[in-house]
Order: sequence, then structure tokens, then C-alpha cells
Amino acid sequence: MLWNTLLLALREIRRNVLRSVLTMLGIVIGVAAVIVMVTLGDGATRQVTAQIESLGTNLLMITMGQRMGPGSGSNAPPFTLEDVAAVQREIGAASAVAGSASQAMTAVVGNSNWSTTVTGSDNRFFAVRNWTLDDGRLFTEPEQRAGRAVCVIGATVRRELFGYQDPIGQKIRLKQIACEVIGLLASKGQSAMGSDQDDLVVMPLRTFQRRVAGNQDINLIQLSVREGDSTEQVKADIERMMRERRHVHPADQDNFSVRDMKEIATMLTGTTRVLTALLSAVAAVSLLVGGIGIMNIMLVSVTERTREIGIRLAIGALEREVLMQFLVEAVVLSSLGGLLGILLALVASIGLASLLQVPFVLNGPIILIAFLFSAAVGVVFGYFPARRAARLDPIEALRHE
Amino acid sequence: MADATSDRSGPLIELRRVTKVYGRGDAAVHALAGVDLRIEQGEFVAVMGPSGSGKSTAMNILGCLDTPSSGSYRFRGVAVETLGRDQRALLRRRDLGFVFQGFNLLNRTSALENVELPLIYRRTPRAERHALAQRALALVGLNGREGHTPGELSGGQQQRVAIARAIVTDPHLLLADEPTGNLDSVRSHEIMTLLGGLNRDRGITILMVTHEPEMAAYAHRVVHFLDGRVVDESAPEQRS
Repeated sequence: MLWNTLLLALREIRRNVLRSVLTMLGIVIGVAAVIVMVTLGDGATRQVTAQIESLGTNLLMITMGQRMGPGSGSNAPPFTLEDVAAVQREIGAASAVAGSASQAMTAVVGNSNWSTTVTGSDNRFFAVRNWTLDDGRLFTEPEQRAGRAVCVIGATVRRELFGYQDPIGQKIRLKQIACEVIGLLASKGQSAMGSDQDDLVVMPLRTFQRRVAGNQDINLIQLSVREGDSTEQVKADIERMMRERRHVHPADQDNFSVRDMKEIATMLTGTTRVLTALLSAVAAVSLLVGGIGIMNIMLVSVTERTREIGIRLAIGALEREVLMQFLVEAVVLSSLGGLLGILLALVASIGLASLLQVPFVLNGPIILIAFLFSAAVGVVFGYFPARRAARLDPIEALRHE
Repeated sequence: MADATSDRSGPLIELRRVTKVYGRGDAAVHALAGVDLRIEQGEFVAVMGPSGSGKSTAMNILGCLDTPSSGSYRFRGVAVETLGRDQRALLRRRDLGFVFQGFNLLNRTSALENVELPLIYRRTPRAERHALAQRALALVGLNGREGHTPGELSGGQQQRVAIARAIVTDPHLLLADEPTGNLDSVRSHEIMTLLGGLNRDRGITILMVTHEPEMAAYAHRVVHFLDGRVVDESAPEQRS
């Protein structure tokens, strides 16, 4: 009987192909929109997470002042080499600690020049930030100690200053110093915040302090926490130690901050998630509108087929059999819409993912949920018209013109 | 074969003081004002009367599509007035066949599928359904037209499909509401001959509303309605 009802529903839908397709359109668009939103959202989240992981999730950053961004560290004292050494010495869970100082500068090679960020640090900087070399080498111990004019450059700097030439052994002019390129870093691409991570020049800290900055300041201490150790705990330890070293009065706020990359990762993916949920909710409204469209057409259909319903009732169809017939028709209509929507969504998300350069992440559960939801829309919005059909008086229905 | 005096114990149909009132109070219309009627198994009864005489109301009640306001209706001993909507539907499905003036076939549906419709609700297996429907169509003389839709058939042929649909379940009672009302004289007589044959050869009890004495002449008995009452039961006028 159910099989018969199903065949009947399919035939009825085929009989009015154009009308059926137009009726389904709302569901198709709704389902497609929800799936595309969630798929792209997942892709974006995956991308952000991957980028942050490339930075090292066990990374802690100690910066001056309270806040990141404009005005940070304006009146907070800088860190010193002794601070770096103290962190290295006293925080057992820190596997590598790198102090660094940075400055924006114009790098010149021949006729080309390029504004970039020059950072002074040591080899631990590369370890902490998960940098790997594409070519050349890192600093030697004598180079770091003596403050030689050598540097390691990122892929963007190489491209802008050297094009396709081999940069190793060439000299870059940074203010008054001519720096020899000894290493080329492997490209990391755009960061989660949208900045180009490959746009950097790194030189030994001593070289930077003596010949570029002219002071002994360190603006940033980065450390990686050993696998298995709680970053929360390490953070608390560092905060306590730094307050002491920087003589912060117990009543005052910290004049530095310790930031956890996990925190930043959660914050960034959280934003994406909220956005995805919001857009999906908007898309879901279209499903609702699609449901109302189905209800409308089913009501029209019941009116059009009043005589047919009368015939069926007269020859002995039960109320629930007529109800089922129309309900199944509505559900088949909406489920077909759901299936078409899923197909459309797959095509659209693959296309959009490559267009927006976001990885395509197939989300099985959301596809299943969208399909079940579309079927449920058929049940909910098909019920009222179906009940109206089932409750018709056979005598009246047979008289209907 | 089976005729007016069936060997079954008890009548097929028994109406006792059946009334049907529409509306209430001053606006009340007494469509039936106390009808008594007995129909035996195997009879062929014609119902006549002017419009508004209550014959359609009586047919709806006899067809279990409607219930009386008072009085009792026994169909094969079952008190129909006590049955609910679904139980009456099951009774129609099992024991009744309908033929209407306007044919009432499903549009854009083949003759065979139209005839199969009651069997679908009876959950008859597909193969048996085909065979029974084909046999019923052959019985009304429509072999070779199984695939035609109502739009591709003449009025007389459509009414034959409707009759095939009514008898495919082997009903005890065939209710025909002006079955020849939309047909010309030649087709009308063909249909009446067919109904007469079904009554005679297959023992199907037939109750037919008509306002043409010519058609009523095919019946064994004519019941006249006037103002919601049965006023006369007689043998039909002789066919010329």
C-alpha cells in the first residue's frame, strides 16, 4: 500500500512537472543555502585552525603593555635579555624561548626596494615559530655573538627583491648596513589575521640592537611550551615571575601580557562559527518559506482534485488512506527538493570553495540533517492540506465541479 | 439464476422509518420523512420521483455515504446507522459498487487503472488485480481498451468502465445514480442491457435511480418517491 501511495505521488508530481519544480524551488534553495554556508564555514574554520597550528598551538607570546593593537606598550618598559634568560631558566615547561625586537624598514637591493619588518632574534626564534628553511642555513654561534651583518629572509622579500635569482650570498641594504642573505625560509602564506607571514627579514639580535635600533630593548618574548604541559599553568607562572621582575605594584595591572595562541585560535574560529550559524539561520528561513509554498500548492491540488477524492472515498478509501496519499505527495515533493538542493549545494560549495580559496570540507551530518529537515517540512506543511482532503464529505466532493 | 426471491435468509436492505433532516428549527428541511423499504438479494429495483422527492438522499443513505437522522438501516443485518465513518468506508469497499451519472472516472488514468482502484484499497496483490480488472473490462465489452484514458473513450464506453469498476470487487449491491442520464438513447439501452445481464447472470442486486420510465422498465420493481416518502411500489410498465 505504501508503495502504491508512493507511485501515485510520483505520478501526480510528474503530471505537473513545471508546477512541482517551482514548488520545490523554495526547498531546493533553502537546503542548498544551508549546506553551502555550513560547508564554507567549516572550510574557513579549518583554514584558520591550520594556519594557527602552523604557528604552533603551544606558542606563548609575552608582549609589553596590556593590549594588542594601537597604543600597546606605549609607556610600559621593554624587556631585557635578562628577562629572556630568566624565563628560560625558571619556566621548566618552556622548550624554547626567543626574545626579539622588530622594526619596519625599507630593504634595498640594486634598484628594487621593499618595505618590510626586520626582526632581531636568534635561532630559537625559528624553532618557536615553526619556521623551516627552503635554502641556505641559519645563524652560526659566532655570527650571533659577534653581531655579524647576516640575515634570513622570507619568501615575499625574496620575490620582491630578487625575483627568481638565487638570494643566498647576496647583500640587502637596510639603512646603513649591508646584510648578507644566508637563508631562505619556506613559505607559510597568509596568516589567520590576513597578514603576509612571509614578509620578514631576520638578523641576529645583537646585530639588530647595535646597528639598527641602537638600544638593548627586547619587545617580544616568544616561547613554546613542551607537549603535554598546560599552557594555562605556564602562563600563570610567567605572569607571576614577570610582575616580580618588572616591579609591578600588587595593586596595579600587569604592564605586559602573556597570550596563548590557543586563545587566539579559539577567538578567530569562534567568530567564523557565529557567522556561519547566523548565515545558516537566514538560509533556514528560506526552507520555511519553501514549506509554505508546498502547503499552498497542496491546498490548490486538494481543491482541484476534490472530485477524485470523492471517488476514492465513495469506493471505500479510509480517511487515513486519503490523508496518507496527500501527505506522502507533500513529503515526496519536499524530499525531492531536498535532494536537488543537496546536489546544487555540492556543486556550489566546490565552486565557491575554490573561488574563495577555502578548503572544501564535506560535512556529512549537515547534509543528512538538511535532507531530513526538508522531509520534515513536507510532513508539517503537507499535513493541513492532507487532513482537509481526508475530511471531505464524499457526497459534497462528488458533486464538486 | 438468482432472482427476487433469494435463498439468503433476511433481506439485503431494510429501511425502517428512516428520516433525514437538514438544518434546524424553522429552517429544517425534511428530505426523508419516514421511509420504509425492503430490498431482497438479487433484485433489480428502479427508484423514480421528481427532483427534491428525497431519492438522492435515500441513495446516499443506502450507499452508506450518509447516515439517517432517525430510523434504522440494516444492510445484510448490520445496523449501518451505528457505524462510524471508517466502518462505513470499509462496508462500501467490501459490499458496494457505485455508478454515477457523470461517470466519475479518474482523469488521465487508464481504464485498467480506474477499474483497479477499488482493488488497491482492498490490498489485492498486483497480479490478481490486473487479472480481475481485465476480466471486469471484458465483461462490459471493453477488451482492447484497457490502456485508454477516459478522455479517449466515448460516454457509453466511460460508463462501461465505471460499471466495470463497480463490479470488479463482486459487490452485493450496485448503486446506480441515473447511469444513463448523460447518454443518448442507443447507448442508454446498451448500458441497461448490460446492467440487466449483470443482475440476471451474476446475481448482483441493483438499485438504480432514473427518471426515464423506459429505463425503469428494465427493473423488476419500481419505487416511487414523493416529498420524502415512498408513495408507490409497483411492477414496471411493460417495455415496448
